[in-house]
Amino acid sequence: MLDTDVDGVAAWRRARAEYDSAGPEGKAAVIAERATQTRRSILTMINHAGLGHVGGDLSVTDILTTLFTGVMNIDPGNPTWAERDRFVLSKGHCAASLYSTLAHSGYFSPDELATFMQPMSALNGHPNRVKVPGVETNTGPLGHGLPVAVGQAIAAKLTGTGARVFVVLGDGEMQEGSNWEALMTGAHRQLDNLTMTVDRNRLQQGARTEDTNQLEPFADKLASFGWEVREIDGHDYEALINAYRPSSQGNPVAVLANTIKGKGVSFMEDRVEWHHKVPSAEQVELAMVELA
Amino acid sequence: MSAATNDMPVYDNRLAFAEELISLAAQDERIVAVCNDSVGSSNLVGFRDLYPDRLINVGIAEQDMVGIGAGLASSGLIPFVCGAAPFLTGRSLEQIKADVAYSQHNVILCGMSPGMAYGELGPTHHSVEDLSWLRALPGLDIVVPADRLQTRQAIRNAVADPRPTYIRVGRHKVPDVMADDATFERGRFRVLSQGSDVTIIATGTLVSRAIEAAAVLEAEGVSVRVLNASYVAPLDVEAIKAAARETKAIITAEEANTAGGLGSAVASLVSQLPADSRVPMRILGLTEFAPTGSTNYLLEYFGLTAEGIVRNAKEAIASV
Repeated sequence: MLDTDVDGVAAWRRARAEYDSAGPEGKAAVIAERATQTRRSILTMINHAGLGHVGGDLSVTDILTTLFTGVMNIDPGNPTWAERDRFVLSKGHCAASLYSTLAHSGYFSPDELATFMQPMSALNGHPNRVKVPGVETNTGPLGHGLPVAVGQAIAAKLTGTGARVFVVLGDGEMQEGSNWEALMTGAHRQLDNLTMTVDRNRLQQGARTEDTNQLEPFADKLASFGWEVREIDGHDYEALINAYRPSSQGNPVAVLANTIKGKGVSFMEDRVEWHHKVPSAEQVELAMVELA
Repeated sequence: MSAATNDMPVYDNRLAFAEELISLAAQDERIVAVCNDSVGSSNLVGFRDLYPDRLINVGIAEQDMVGIGAGLASSGLIPFVCGAAPFLTGRSLEQIKADVAYSQHNVILCGMSPGMAYGELGPTHHSVEDLSWLRALPGLDIVVPADRLQTRQAIRNAVADPRPTYIRVGRHKVPDVMADDATFERGRFRVLSQGSDVTIIATGTLVSRAIEAAAVLEAEGVSVRVLNASYVAPLDVEAIKAAARETKAIITAEEANTAGGLGSAVASLVSQLPADSRVPMRILGLTEFAPTGSTNYLLEYFGLTAEGIVRNAKEAIASV
């Protein structure tokens, strides 16, 4: 298990205090700065490893940064705190984005990011809770995170901790039947402490979701399953913060976050080949200029 | 000579399972049960009546069920995830791999009515692959209680020391085979008789049949060691090495497919021992999808009887 990064925790606490005291625009600015830092780390990690899922990493970054910087009731200095809010990244192939978010929140040192996918690194291509603080369950095969999050939400109800549970799924992943089993259970048990975010970048590994096995009318489907659907621009921080307010109807919440795969790097945006293409050193240089 | 003609009273282990779970749940609020519309067949009616909030019935959705179990365990609860063994293990195998074994969430998977307990319902409802599938997963204990006492002990162990575990909870009625004061230790076979000619390693429903077989062989002057493989994983390496060293042959018997189950595990170890301590083996189990028949009929069909064990033991000894 990686060690907590004391300086990183202190920096996260300063950011959280700044976020808490700021107005809506100020909150967005705190998140924006940290999201850029995370995107830069992702590109460096993937370039160094020669492997990764850069497109989805960049589409989900604003979601993760908003949750960890501003929304979730967590203490990166005490990652096993019993009453913490839970976070599950069901789209585990976007581990680089999660690792970068965790490292910049103090869960472990950002120096570790250089080991991403290197031999014996704790930072496997898909997250492992046994080795990485802040990871709640091992993901990678798709369709696993939502049922686990449903279990965590039931546990929070049973034990009365008041914890909220946040799970992030890819949109292509919604083709897995296990997710629809869990959607039924979440609604049936009225898990108003559960928030699912779908990173709706409209691209899966090989093609557009709608050309593969269509999800639309997606919001209607989720609503018909009994979830409170909040459809937003997944790169608009104020919209994300607002979407993560507690449930208002006593049902679980589905945040349908419309995103752009490869967000932030112009030549990667909305292009299917950047699902897991690795940028060259020259491309990373160009990307870093855009992410200054 | 088959166990069906045995005069001893026989019991459905699911009853002992339910009683023990209810008794422990009264003392430990962390215990919850999760099931897939199997409140009745998993014998959870009593649990539900006493602890309605702690019984989570997800309906017919095994992947969801195991994932939810992992989420409950990750939050400090001790979930007993119960379903008919074929569906619990087959449908949600990837959840067992990723969410339970690899994630090291302390989920107690209770495979109800394993083996060919659903006899005439056929291979779709038989769970004879579970030992093979789950043995391939590091970090997952596999417990096969042979009687009521061991079923209770398996439940108690799971609560006292929660870890990712699969327990076969038998429906096909079996006699009590363990003494009332028998201990139950993780990763250890129980020695039911010490012998020097041949070792029979049996698990679950086959343990009482192994004891019968041993009686027949002993009457013919063959000294038989009977080991009850209560744990298929972790495997009792020392007991197997001793059997290979001290007896002339090893017979394994399980209500499971021979491709990858207990017998395969034992053979894999024995085959890698030094040449002077390797012994011939016979591996009894299923080798094909079962035809139509009752559980007892099918056990006989596959030679999973005292007679079958005796015949194979004699052949193995003769081959030395």
